[in-house]
Amino acid sequence: MARTALAPHATPPELIRNFCIIAHIDHGKSTLADRMLQLTGVVDARAMRAQYLDRMDIERERGITIKSQAVRMPWAVPDAAGVPVTHCLNMIDTPGHVDFTYEVSRSLAACEGAVLLVDAAQGIEAQTLANLYLAMENELTVIPVLNKIDLPAAQPEKYAEELAGLIGCEPEDCLQVSGKTGAGVEPLLDRIVATLPPPVGDPDAPARAMIFDSVYDTYRGVVTYVRVVDGNLNPRERIVMMSTRATHELLEIGVISPEPTPSQGLGVGEVGYLITGVKDVRQSRVGDTVTNAGKPASASLGGYRDPKPMVFSGLYPIDGSDYPALREALDKLKLNDAALVYEPETSAALGFGFRCGFLGLLHLEIVRERLEREFGLDLISTQPNVVYDVTMDDGKQVHVTNPSEFPDGKVAAVSEPVVRATVLAPTEFVGAIMELCQQKRGALRGMDYLSQERVEMRYTLPLAEIVFDFFDQLKSRTRGYASLDYEPDGEQVADLVKVEILLQGETVDAFSAIVHKDKAYAYGVLMATKLKDLIPRQQFEVPIQAAIGSRIIARENIRAIRKDVLAKCYGGDISRKRKLLEKQKEGKKRMKMVGRVEVPQEAFIAALSSDGGDKAKK
Amino acid sequence: MPPSALPDGDPAPASGELPASALDGLGSSDLGVYVHVPFCSVRCGYCDFNTYTLGELGGPEASIGLDTYADAALLELDLAQQVLGSGAPAASTVFVGGGTPTMLRPRDLGRVVDGIRSRLGLAPGAEVTTEANPDSVTAAGLAELAAGGFTRVSLGMQSAVPHVLRTLERTHDPANVTRAVRSARAVGLQVSVDLIYGTPGESLEDWRRSLDAAVAMEPDHVSAYALVVEAGTKLAARVRRGLVAMPDDDDEADKYELADEVLGAAGFQWYEVSNWARSEAARCRHNVAYWSGANWWGLGPGAHSHVGGVRWWNVKHPAAYAARLAAGVSPAQARETLSGEQRYDERVLLGSRLVEGLPVAELRGPAAASVAGLIADGLVAGGPAVREGRVVLTRRGRLLADTVVHRLLAS
Repeated sequence: MARTALAPHATPPELIRNFCIIAHIDHGKSTLADRMLQLTGVVDARAMRAQYLDRMDIERERGITIKSQAVRMPWAVPDAAGVPVTHCLNMIDTPGHVDFTYEVSRSLAACEGAVLLVDAAQGIEAQTLANLYLAMENELTVIPVLNKIDLPAAQPEKYAEELAGLIGCEPEDCLQVSGKTGAGVEPLLDRIVATLPPPVGDPDAPARAMIFDSVYDTYRGVVTYVRVVDGNLNPRERIVMMSTRATHELLEIGVISPEPTPSQGLGVGEVGYLITGVKDVRQSRVGDTVTNAGKPASASLGGYRDPKPMVFSGLYPIDGSDYPALREALDKLKLNDAALVYEPETSAALGFGFRCGFLGLLHLEIVRERLEREFGLDLISTQPNVVYDVTMDDGKQVHVTNPSEFPDGKVAAVSEPVVRATVLAPTEFVGAIMELCQQKRGALRGMDYLSQERVEMRYTLPLAEIVFDFFDQLKSRTRGYASLDYEPDGEQVADLVKVEILLQGETVDAFSAIVHKDKAYAYGVLMATKLKDLIPRQQFEVPIQAAIGSRIIARENIRAIRKDVLAKCYGGDISRKRKLLEKQKEGKKRMKMVGRVEVPQEAFIAALSSDGGDKAKK
Repeated sequence: MPPSALPDGDPAPASGELPASALDGLGSSDLGVYVHVPFCSVRCGYCDFNTYTLGELGGPEASIGLDTYADAALLELDLAQQVLGSGAPAASTVFVGGGTPTMLRPRDLGRVVDGIRSRLGLAPGAEVTTEANPDSVTAAGLAELAAGGFTRVSLGMQSAVPHVLRTLERTHDPANVTRAVRSARAVGLQVSVDLIYGTPGESLEDWRRSLDAAVAMEPDHVSAYALVVEAGTKLAARVRRGLVAMPDDDDEADKYELADEVLGAAGFQWYEVSNWARSEAARCRHNVAYWSGANWWGLGPGAHSHVGGVRWWNVKHPAAYAARLAAGVSPAQARETLSGEQRYDERVLLGSRLVEGLPVAELRGPAAASVAGLIADGLVAGGPAVREGRVVLTRRGRLLADTVVHRLLAS
């Protein structure tokens, strides 16, 4: 039952329960969180905004959570004598997507327990499974919960068996809830208090708090979310970020319930936020340890990692005069995104832009969409690529983040990043998945049947294949039933080559790609065919070639245009013809010149987008 | 032959009055009169001109029809006389197009020519042309036209090949064209035939047959047009539904080259992209005036006019046209006043279509410099023409005239 909240800074750790919810997108995490906020009285029904915790518009539209937050909720359960005792529940929201595995791991590290939330009509998905394993590695207590039991298609018994098999409990231990109707949510809150261990820490030791999230707010600067492990943090004192040794003054400290509320400080086991006035999330990094400047801890909590961009893409404004606006927009986004890196880049074909590094494809998509939506920019993004380390015959090492930088000389070896991928799917698709993974240069690591109908397959795959079109292919070959999760797993040496696309002998840098030798031909043919359909005929013949070094592997020809004149141009045609001419003159401004060849901007966009080939064929 | 879609423009005054600046140079340029007759017995599938069948206009009860068209045209001539004023020269050319002008009685066509003569004047030796459907002209009718002041007739032959004519939905019998040409010549009319190439299903051999047939009739003049599938026509719908193939640019280029060869060998010289004449005297002076930026008044529904850098166009529907004139209001729907840059663009666009070409001296600096590149690319003739200071298109350049114009204007 809901209760008046306990005061922060004065809450005994044994009354605190820190937990997160592990769930797949669409499995109803946000709706369940909403219901908890209502039941605990933190938000009243009137103020309830659907999916209260997801702040950004894009998040709400996509129904996913990008940035986690922590909410403090009071919940009372009767003690042995039947007297209600108010507890403090901290719900730490976790990002749900594969690109943010590190952020998830830090959120998990801030908790003692996890609610494993699974759609009772769909069963567990690969990403959820990966996060569940992560939680179990962190020795979190897991409460299995089946959601959406109100749905007619729900099969709680079937999926309870599956969950029980995964976490080693009895099927009856799985709670059944409906975030939508609220059914079963009170027993879940009771279960959290009853089964999750309270946090343990030394109140007298020097302060140590782990940063599990860091968000830029236009008005307040960076808001840092922390979980205190030892000691306590207090207003106005100076703190130190242990990885950078940077010191800041604590301008404000408090808890979210559900709006930020300043407090007298935070003690052992508590979760809350800090404001120091810094303007860039890079100064307050996820995973870092905060300590007191006057009485610093000798060792950090460990586990900090610099975010490492895995996927790169060139972003170019369609209108070249938007370049300064793009720079400004990236500078602003960076304040809130410690993982985003970029540097200016020039493409002969696309003009001035930026080479940007992302955690993964979703991260790329989100950044691109925010640039377009929040900053009103029209962008072309080049085909995403991974990072390659090239060793030359003379021992020189080249780090390649843009295929056009791939060295031309004698290459001794090329290594590419690989991932450890997990695919969950109905058993009938095992063959289709194996075939796909084979094509994508995957190596099977293992396979387990979660139940009679569902199988977990583990593969090592080149990240480049995932970045290319693996997920789309996986979905289409399994009628949408398969789910995928992956995490970086080092590098491998592979037989990789750079394929260049030439228009009338001129390399078009934006179309260069690093691909496996066995796929170079297919890539070359695909691009040459696409471009043949996309580039209008010119006054002269335009050969399109795909080449590895000086070796041509595919060729198409755009035949010279022979006729463009309007046969009839009499009195009544003149105005119309002149207007057309004026329009075409405008259109010329959107043409990019590759040597003597005029390429419409639309052709670049269509050729670079993954479905461009299909469009071109129609 | 105005296309049926009218451009956007500025409002035109009810009085039809022109700005004084447009009238300034009236006396120093030729004046032409175009007469648009918007009637057809059937609408051909490829045609997007402003024409109507009598049924579409409401039959004999209609406010405008075959019997009353000339009266409406005469009312517009009154307006033209008033707007152009005393500074206008006598008309040196008249061209009656359609539609099917020969659906009107020769007497009514003659009344329109008389109206031009009495209100605007006809210069000595004026060229007076009418388009004619081979099926709706007779020897007697042609004689009457000649007597009424016509000097020239342009026959819509299109093709000599029955299956091509069927695809075009032309109903005439190819034999009638030969007969009409002979009759016209017999009464002293100059004769031109119009051909269309690129019709779906037309082979290169079919096209050669049509060219040979045209040449065999010994006309004074031949126009050959690539078929354009215009939006909104029945032909466009058939192409969209996949019933017939879209004309192919390469095929049309082959056919253009064949036309230039066959006509050239038969003694016709090109003088505009789509027009060939037996002699300089046989060129259509009225059309040459369009490409030279001269002034002309367009009479009739949907007709376009140009006077001194102002272009205007009449309302399209014949009933609306007649109603305006009956109310004493100009039938102009809208107009545009060309800027200096637009006049220059038009000069390049139109002048480059002619065998005389564009005087290099008229080109603005950078355009003149790009001529060397156009010569190198084989689009503009080197040799005598350029030495005489003229930009003249080669055969290849005629087919790529749009490219040439773009390059001249982009530089």
